Amino acid sequence: MSMYPEEFRYTKEHEWVKVEGGIGVVGITDHAQQELGDIVYVDLPKVGAKVEMGKTLGSVESVKAVSDIYSPLSGEVIEINESLTTAPEKLNEDPHGAAWLVKLRMSAPDQVNRLLSSADYQAYIEAEK
Amino acid sequence: MPVQYSGIIDEHHTVRNAVGLFDVSHMGEIEIRGRDAIACADSLTTNAVSRLKTGQAQYSGLLYEHGGFVDDILVHKVAEDHIFICVNASNQEKDYDHIRQANKFKAEVEFRSDKYAQLAIQGPRALVTLQKLTAVKLHEIRYYWFTGGEVSGTPARIARTGYTGEDGFEIYIAPAEVARIWNEILGAGREFGIKPCGLGARNTLRLESKMALYGHEIHASITPLEADLGWIVKLDKGEFVGREALARQKEQGIRRKLIGFEMRGRGIARDGYEVCVDGAPAGWVTSGSPSPTLNKNIGLCYLPVEQARPGRAIQVTIRNQPVDAETVETPFYKRAK
Repeated sequence: MSMYPEEFRYTKEHEWVKVEGGIGVVGITDHAQQELGDIVYVDLPKVGAKVEMGKTLGSVESVKAVSDIYSPLSGEVIEINESLTTAPEKLNEDPHGAAWLVKLRMSAPDQVNRLLSSADYQAYIEAEK
Repeated sequence: MPVQYSGIIDEHHTVRNAVGLFDVSHMGEIEIRGRDAIACADSLTTNAVSRLKTGQAQYSGLLYEHGGFVDDILVHKVAEDHIFICVNASNQEKDYDHIRQANKFKAEVEFRSDKYAQLAIQGPRALVTLQKLTAVKLHEIRYYWFTGGEVSGTPARIARTGYTGEDGFEIYIAPAEVARIWNEILGAGREFGIKPCGLGARNTLRLESKMALYGHEIHASITPLEADLGWIVKLDKGEFVGREALARQKEQGIRRKLIGFEMRGRGIARDGYEVCVDGAPAGWVTSGSPSPTLNKNIGLCYLPVEQARPGRAIQVTIRNQPVDAETVETPFYKRAK
């Protein structure tokens, strides 16, 4: 099995999204957490916030620096992963699973087609190295 | 030097609890030689070089006439006619030009960065680690003293100095030997849990110990008095570049001062963030980070001198939001002696 799940779609800013019905579950990739190092703080939007594809969704901070998270899709935030507030290190441990960031009700589901596949994303990060 | 090897937090704890190894070969070295070497160094730096004994080192400032920092430096007295200065990598050419131009003595100023590599062995197990590789009796070297000797068969200047707040050593060796000595030290320290450490841990360690970083706490527009470094300024030692400006500032009183703070609200302060007092902009953050030892978010900032006292409620503007913080006593961390 690939490190980067086949059923996810990815951005060049190192977010992933898993689409289930009209809902997109959003997180950051394993590559992102490796690049960031020890994550110590996560700033997420409020439930009900409207977010736009490519615009800032929140931020994650490692010991060293703060990085913006960009929303892979447009929509409304319907749930946030509260457990990251007290345990941000989960993002280093399970970025593709338990440490998802937000769930969005998608307003433009077609946007998914503009995101990278698992294979394309892996080729992209290989080329970046 | 990479930002990290095993991870900043892991490396940080390793230095506090065991021993870490840093390759700081990027640091610059300048040497002053000749009969007037000490007089020359004294005329250029804020601390009193003439009060050093042979084999002793001191933290000091290299200033402009207006009192702002050219650099912060470590001055080593190797002999009556030989001063060795360790300077910041990014400032080394500027420092060298400054020293050469201000040198009014019969002293030769040499740019020697290509002659030295530097390794820092830091932490409570630093001594036992390095002792396996040298015949020099390391426990006899006092804090901020140094000696010549050999480490694993190569000539070295071994100084009991550091930038972490822990006991430890900084050794200066020939660049051709640094890769071999690096591996020798990692081998010697394995039984004590040694780990290679990067720039990230170097920064969190020095911040907890409130050691200044050039470009952050200090720069050309900041004087040592403002940076809470009055202890490296010896106004009574005679003339030196910047003395007049500092004497005037001391007499008139400083307007801003460096002070430590801890975040009370959620958020991490970072370099350059605005600091407010009672809702009004009052200063700026010079360094901010999570403190792995204290498990708090800490930082240093400049505030008007009347506000720069521990126990004051302040707000740090983080992404346009005021977040509560409180000024505190520093250093944030001090090792048990």
